[in-house]
Amino acid sequence: MALDSSKTTGFKYVGTRPNRPDGLDKVTGRAKFGADAYAPGMLHAAIKRSPHAHARIIKIDTSKALAMEGVKAVVTRADFATGLEGEFGDILENVMAGEKALYDGHAVAAVAATSALIARDAIKAIEVDYEILPHVTDVDAAMQAGAPVIRAGAADASVPEGLHPNVVRYYESGHGDVEAGFAEADLVVEDHFVTEATHQGYIEPHACLGTLGSDGKGELWCCTQGHWYVQKVCAACLGLETSQLRVTASEIGGGFGGKTTVFIEPVALALSRKANRPVKLVMTRSEVFRASGPTSSTSMDVKIGMKKDGTITAAQGTFRLQGGAFPGAPCEMTAMCAFAPYDLKHVHQVGYDVMSNRPKQAAYRAPGSPMAAFAVESVIDELCGQLGLDPIDTRLKNASREGTRASFGPTWPRIGLVETLEAVKAHPHYVAPLKKGQGRGISCGFWFNHGGETAVSLALSEDGSAQVAVGTPDIGGSRASMALMAAEVLGIPYEDIRVTIADTATLGYNEISHGSRVTYASGLATIKAAEDAVQKLCGRAAAKWGIPEDAVYWEDGYAKPSGPNAGDFEPLHIDEITATMGATGGPICGHFEATPEGAGVSFAAHIVDAEVDPDTGKTSVVRYTVVQDAGKAIHPTYVEGQFQGGAAQGIGWALNEEYIYGADGRLQNAGFLDYRIPVASDLPMIDTVIVEVPNPGHPFGVRGVGETSICPPLAAIANAVSNAVGVRMRQLPMRPSRVLEALESAADG
Amino acid sequence: MKYYKPATFEEAVALVAGAEGVTRILAGGTDVLVQMRSDIITPDTLIDIKAIPGTHEITRTKDGGWRLGVAVTGAEMSEHPELGRDWPGVVEAMDLIGSTQVQGRATPVGNLCNGSPAADSVPAMIAAGAAVTVTGPEGSREIPVEQIPVGPGKTSLAKGEIITALTLPPRGAQGGDAYLRFIPRTEMDIAVVGCAVNLRLNGDVITEARMVLGAVAPTAVVVHAAADALVGRTLDEDALTALSDLAEASCNPIDDKRGTIKFRTHTAGVLARRAAKIAYSRAKGATA
Ligand SMILES: Cc1cc2nc3c(=O)[nH]c(=O)nc-3n(C[C@H](O)[C@H](O)[C@H](O)COP(=O)(O)OP(=O)(O)OC[C@H]3O[C@@H](n4cnc5c(N)ncnc54)[C@H](O)[C@@H]3O)c2cc1C
Repeated sequence: MALDSSKTTGFKYVGTRPNRPDGLDKVTGRAKFGADAYAPGMLHAAIKRSPHAHARIIKIDTSKALAMEGVKAVVTRADFATGLEGEFGDILENVMAGEKALYDGHAVAAVAATSALIARDAIKAIEVDYEILPHVTDVDAAMQAGAPVIRAGAADASVPEGLHPNVVRYYESGHGDVEAGFAEADLVVEDHFVTEATHQGYIEPHACLGTLGSDGKGELWCCTQGHWYVQKVCAACLGLETSQLRVTASEIGGGFGGKTTVFIEPVALALSRKANRPVKLVMTRSEVFRASGPTSSTSMDVKIGMKKDGTITAAQGTFRLQGGAFPGAPCEMTAMCAFAPYDLKHVHQVGYDVMSNRPKQAAYRAPGSPMAAFAVESVIDELCGQLGLDPIDTRLKNASREGTRASFGPTWPRIGLVETLEAVKAHPHYVAPLKKGQGRGISCGFWFNHGGETAVSLALSEDGSAQVAVGTPDIGGSRASMALMAAEVLGIPYEDIRVTIADTATLGYNEISHGSRVTYASGLATIKAAEDAVQKLCGRAAAKWGIPEDAVYWEDGYAKPSGPNAGDFEPLHIDEITATMGATGGPICGHFEATPEGAGVSFAAHIVDAEVDPDTGKTSVVRYTVVQDAGKAIHPTYVEGQFQGGAAQGIGWALNEEYIYGADGRLQNAGFLDYRIPVASDLPMIDTVIVEVPNPGHPFGVRGVGETSICPPLAAIANAVSNAVGVRMRQLPMRPSRVLEALESAADG
Repeated sequence: MKYYKPATFEEAVALVAGAEGVTRILAGGTDVLVQMRSDIITPDTLIDIKAIPGTHEITRTKDGGWRLGVAVTGAEMSEHPELGRDWPGVVEAMDLIGSTQVQGRATPVGNLCNGSPAADSVPAMIAAGAAVTVTGPEGSREIPVEQIPVGPGKTSLAKGEIITALTLPPRGAQGGDAYLRFIPRTEMDIAVVGCAVNLRLNGDVITEARMVLGAVAPTAVVVHAAADALVGRTLDEDALTALSDLAEASCNPIDDKRGTIKFRTHTAGVLARRAAKIAYSRAKGATA
């Protein structure tokens, strides 16, 4: 019997809210994070970084550092593999500069010493001669004729001729005839929008402990969202055979996309290979700001036409993303997400990936989408305001739904935008009265979600309990969700299941925990692995009863004969089968490997009330409601946590967070004192509403939820502030001085 | 680096006077340790004054004022049953510094001697008329707090001198002080502008007034003209406007990542108004 436990209702475990299995360890300090690993004979490493935004490296003199007592190894680019190209070439260049330092904070050398203090002193003793080159850190400036070229020949074939060499990728899509569409409109609004680079702000700095012998065999412990990827990248950077490097992921103190790539691990391994000792490397907070992967800054133009009844007639957007000193800014994501919530006859979007002398951008929760929503949803808010239309009714009128054509091409399958907008309309927040000085904003948001390569293995113990090995680091309570899904299929209690994040030597390749894929893809694989085990359990029962395997079915933890024809046998409980499994055919395990492709997209809509102090321009977010389609909330508390987390990070991005560069190209606020992430007292309680429109691509209907929640906040907050002050806010962050200027401009008329 | 933990001020002064290179006093360490970690300073000598008897005490002086030991922390000030009744502005200024953890370590004397133009307790202490006892090889002298800072990171203390006590004057009848700062967030931030106001009334009429601004110039700015603008009047709209204009006119700020000249100047006027209202209502007997 081919087992299929697909269902969207009638769950016993799924949808409940048990404590997370890693909770006790985390609140008692037992959980081991990146910096919590120690090894006998371990050395401590530190990295020498460029103080210049753009400079040719003339000479690196490490002799003084090497002569210091306690210094065991120094590495520069010469200690890494050569001849790498493409993605791995870029990562290596970012991990350790070659001919040029490309941004303030770019690594140029590293030291391993017997103490962290000696390592820190030793990097000061490394002398680097630089020839300082002109630099550029702003996206619009980097595209101008005459701007310094970060790297010649970095552009790919997508870039049309005549653009500056810093434009390295170009994306364009759409359908219809936007000019004809604008001609049909009663009102056309066109505006320019700017957002600054922000950092994911994870609380745990990057940390690792690496050992690499002269035999080319290595062990690496690190804080990452994807250890198979780390394995692959490190093997390439060091010229190793991939399988000879075993990587274990630590617990993770936040990643939000920022730990989907590699910054320090190859350095620890190179130092270890040279010193023949384990090497620990931990970034400081200032290194995290200067040399990990913030999000892109953007410069965007959006034009939308609307009829008096709210019908959008055409939409056009141009999105320029600053991606730091390497290609990769998610310009196509920005362009594709921009108009995704709307069913448009005429639409056209363009994206530019632009290099500058800043750290290489990395993913940050729905990379590229929040900025697009900021520009598009601001223009829609402006149109609704000028035409006197209700913002929700207008969005409902134009909403994408099953069967309509997406702005970037495909036809939408079953999606939950309409249900989400209707839930907003029905929410008491939407009609609650506002006080003087307050404004309300709403916004939609969209994210694709992802499937990706996934392998899960499940083993039953003699007592009928189960251990599940997954390969996706738990960045949001996913172990609890995996245990709930396995419990549902096996019919055993949640507490009887232990979920472990396996190391790279234990399972097949698992893609990174990114793209909101874990509950979807590892969840699907867990369900399938549990079904595989159930099938084997049924087989053992069938053998015992002497009936065909397909005459046995599984229910609530028991093998049962499928009907009177199958015979009259007492149901066998799982622990009765596992107790004797050694004698009935050996261990019972289930496994599943695939690249599932049915990740369901997720839409959200947020409602925000903001209050602005008219004397100082300071904004307080006084009420916040997140409404989002989760498909099926496996563990509703952690779904709500994702909703709230996205909103909280969005509040920071909208109001005060920004990378500030000086005229010298140096980052001026590489610390939490001047990089103003919200503190707890800056945030209101964030209300959540879970909408459940099941994803047909997952057995239980799961859609990823981790990223969509950060798509609407920038626009929703900007709309709230704009409505509070009576001026359209087109630039983030909306720090007090900027809002005050807007207020003054409004007063001047 | 050498670390000392003297048992007396004589010993501490002798150590400071005899030390070579970079010397730092370790009070709460919430500036010193942070600066050491981020390579801003690397002291040759670190002198921890917290073991000296009396440095943790808050005592009422004979004249009805207050004497604070140099290791008294923000938390100890906030939790003191009477100090905040006399000088709520000084206590609230100190209480704005950092988090609960930082409050358990940070001292007003450290805040003063660190020399930051944005130090929160300094405008409040100056407005209150606080003084410090400076002790050196030649003995001790008492000087007003406003004479200590001379520029960003710089104090008027001579080599071998340390501060050995902080005093606040008697509050007296119908007085009230207040301190406000502007930050873009709600806490854990550094003042973009700070403003302290200290008033005394006779009935509704102001008889004494002091206003001090922080973070708008290289050192805290005493707005002497505030007294002329307020004394002899009630705190009516005209008085508030005059005060706010004076605050704006007294600013000499810089443009930096924390705020523009324009924003700082404007906000100084806003805070002057707001702080004056609070000080006024406190002087009239309000307890908040
Ligand atoms: C997280 C955090 C948040 C902060 N927030 C704020 C804030 O909001 N507002 C603000 O103003 N500050 C803030 N600070 C800075 C700091 O906490 C304050 O300046 C604090 O008052 C310093 O006091 P301390 O006792 O820790 O000084 P220390 O670090 O011990 O000393 C500071 C300086 O004073 C000198 N010194 C100390 N005692 C004496 C003495 N008796 N005689 C002579 N010199 C002496 C030392 O040599 C040193 O130069 C913050 C710091 C941190 C870490």
